[in-house]
Amino acid sequence: MNKNDVIMTILKGRTLIVLTLLVIFFSCASESFFTSQSLLLIAKHVALYGILGIGMTYVLVTGGIDLSVGSVVGLSGMIAGLLINHGFTMFGYTFYFSVPVIVLIAIFIGVIVGFINGIIITKFAVAPFIATLGMMYIARGAANLTSNGATFPNLVGKEALGNTGFEIFGRDIAGFPVAVMILIIIAIVAAMVLRKTPFGWHILAIGGNERAAKLSGVHVDNDKIMVYMFSGACAAVVGIIATSQLVASHPMTGNTWEMNAIAAAVLGGTSLMGGVGTIVGTVIGAFIIGVISDGMVMCGVSEFWQMIIKGLVIVLAVIIDQYQRSLQARMALQARNENK
Amino acid sequence: MSNEKDEIYLHAEKIDKIYPGTKALDQVSFDIKRGKVNVLIGENGAGKSTLMRIIAGIEKPSAGKLYLQGKEVEFDSTVDARSHGIAIIHQELCLFPNMTVFQNLFMSSERTKNGFLDDAEHRKLAKQVLARLNYPIDPDTMVGALRVGQQQMIEIARNLLIPNLKILIMDEPTSSLSEQEVDVLFNIMRELTATGISIVYISHRLEELMRIGDFVTIFRDGKLVADAAVKDIDVPWIVKQMVGEGKSYPKRDEAVDWEKTEKVLEIKDLTLPKNGGGYLLNKVSFDLHRGEVLGIYGLLGAGRTEIFECIMGMRPTHTGDVILNGEKITIGSVPEQISKGFAWLPEDRQRDGLIQTMNIDKNIALSNVGKYINGLGLIDKSRESAATDEMIKDVHIKVADKELPILSLSGGNQQKVVFAKGALTNPQIMLLDEPSRGIDIGAKTEIFNLIYQYAKKGVSLLVVSSELEEIIAIADRIIVLSNGIKTAELTGSDITQDNLVKASYMGHKH
Repeated sequence: MNKNDVIMTILKGRTLIVLTLLVIFFSCASESFFTSQSLLLIAKHVALYGILGIGMTYVLVTGGIDLSVGSVVGLSGMIAGLLINHGFTMFGYTFYFSVPVIVLIAIFIGVIVGFINGIIITKFAVAPFIATLGMMYIARGAANLTSNGATFPNLVGKEALGNTGFEIFGRDIAGFPVAVMILIIIAIVAAMVLRKTPFGWHILAIGGNERAAKLSGVHVDNDKIMVYMFSGACAAVVGIIATSQLVASHPMTGNTWEMNAIAAAVLGGTSLMGGVGTIVGTVIGAFIIGVISDGMVMCGVSEFWQMIIKGLVIVLAVIIDQYQRSLQARMALQARNENK
Repeated sequence: MSNEKDEIYLHAEKIDKIYPGTKALDQVSFDIKRGKVNVLIGENGAGKSTLMRIIAGIEKPSAGKLYLQGKEVEFDSTVDARSHGIAIIHQELCLFPNMTVFQNLFMSSERTKNGFLDDAEHRKLAKQVLARLNYPIDPDTMVGALRVGQQQMIEIARNLLIPNLKILIMDEPTSSLSEQEVDVLFNIMRELTATGISIVYISHRLEELMRIGDFVTIFRDGKLVADAAVKDIDVPWIVKQMVGEGKSYPKRDEAVDWEKTEKVLEIKDLTLPKNGGGYLLNKVSFDLHRGEVLGIYGLLGAGRTEIFECIMGMRPTHTGDVILNGEKITIGSVPEQISKGFAWLPEDRQRDGLIQTMNIDKNIALSNVGKYINGLGLIDKSRESAATDEMIKDVHIKVADKELPILSLSGGNQQKVVFAKGALTNPQIMLLDEPSRGIDIGAKTEIFNLIYQYAKKGVSLLVVSSELEEIIAIADRIIVLSNGIKTAELTGSDITQDNLVKASYMGHKH
């Protein structure tokens, strides 16, 4: 093992190393940090960014970006709130759905939004940044329209209407937050799909070299549409969890969360150029963001300093990423010359 | 050889240019003669554009020196070269479509008055230079609104504005010009050379260089192979020099009567219209038998690659019939064509063949990974890995660990990976576009052996090559394209360099 190999190993494990160092640092800085209570609280926050980040990772891996996820969080939460408190009115009749149906409807809305994003990007050749920026405004507007900007409070449902139990997604089961369970399930499935299915290989190939992927027989357009649908679904799930945690839905929920999702993915080593990214990395990235935010709160660091530090961490992560990439390219060239 | 009386304005001495893996220029010594049209010719990748990029200050030579009027010079940048009066017009236009004609003309050489742009002066000078080009376009027109041919003229006008222009390098300036525009351009070129400006002219149109050129220099495989005064030579001589006759490969000699073997593919009247009139392919018909290696020969722009693009579903505007195993098929998307049994090895390995971010194993499996899934829809890694292992052995990729990045392989092994990716889909027909491009001689022979190996298995192969020796050696039968027209179909003893060369410019009417 030469020097470059050692540096490479450290670089590859850097997200986990950074997370460990952060946990040690905050445990020393604040007595209340390393307790099961605060760790579970951090995990609950992390679950939201983590799930959004997983959807975002899929999009980034194809070389795209999805700015609409924060608004979809708000929209799906508002749809859920509307259906619980006021039901669905058609031809003068009002229907109330059970919670599982409401959840499915909210997720379906997220999928539809993603589908529209995908169609605009692939069939109309609009840059992902612009298409999803537009969708960001549209979905936020739609979220506000459901209630004219008001909050749907007290989303507990009524026994008589058979729509109780929505608050479960924000609670704990056997001392373990449901949100974190959902994160774990989504992360495992997403990681399996990315690493172990043809679809996963294909989207990595699209981000690596779209032309070559197309000529190799990859259904580039279809795969891209699927990726935005998945991102929309993840955002809708986060909307349900966030709404359930508050037991109320507010139309501005999820505002700017797309940035946290991108940050989590980038901190985890996903390349904005496409072709490179892992789900494990993104989940660790989400934990880094969560630990920094909540850790600093517990240490009494002002909100403004928190912003500055978060910003520095993200930029630093990308600088290190670039360094890793150039080192990798150099090592590949070296290996190639040795082969000769 | 050239006339000793002609003054040499610029001399390049033993230039080498080495890129990782390839030698683009090999000990090239080249003269630009003052007040003459110096024509450069050669296939893609022969090194002519690289040499011009060095002379224009875009790239630096790995070894060798440049002398300007006998004095040694070194250019650090295009700005540096421009200050010595050397300008280059690229094949791909370097214009700003979002700006007006006069803004484009004076980009980075703006005239100012009291620190502000002097647009009145810009317009006046622009009108003058456009009038000189016989091209009265309003200087306020947006460049994006002009036709490509008109944009080409703007690019030329821009270079005429360079004060004390001495050398003007033109890389295929006529590829998008109409006949009339070519005439205008040639008039300008004569006018320029009369004032002592030297022109370097790169073109693939042989009839043009006979018309405008004074001296011709021919490049092949990074080497300067011949030069001559145009008045002393003819087109067949040029073609012969371009394609060369040095190295030879053992001739494939299958004692098979192809007429009696099964027809796998029949192409009838394949026609592909060109944007803006004319044809890229004009009623091309041929057939392909089981286990046969059919060569497609032609000069650049003859329509070689376009045939493959039509077959693979990349050119939906084509017409004509494709008959596969006796049944007429409709050409679908790329994945559909792959499932019908076609595999394509594209000409540009880096751009179209490889996923640079993925490892060797995944690059090989990419087209076929959908076949290795288990009941859960997950990739069965052991089956996938066994398949790629077998492929690596079958095509002899030299690699210690297939999880290594694809770019850690040499050019020849990268090419074998692309070949393996196609071969893994179990094709009946393989389309190989310049399979030996950019790889060393040893690896070339290995690629040819792969072609024979697959032909023996019953795969039919269509091979495009612009190297005469190569195509004569590997093909059982050769069709020749020229200007989109099939001009010859040669078998057996008719396959000779002379016949191929003759057919390769028969499609040009001039």
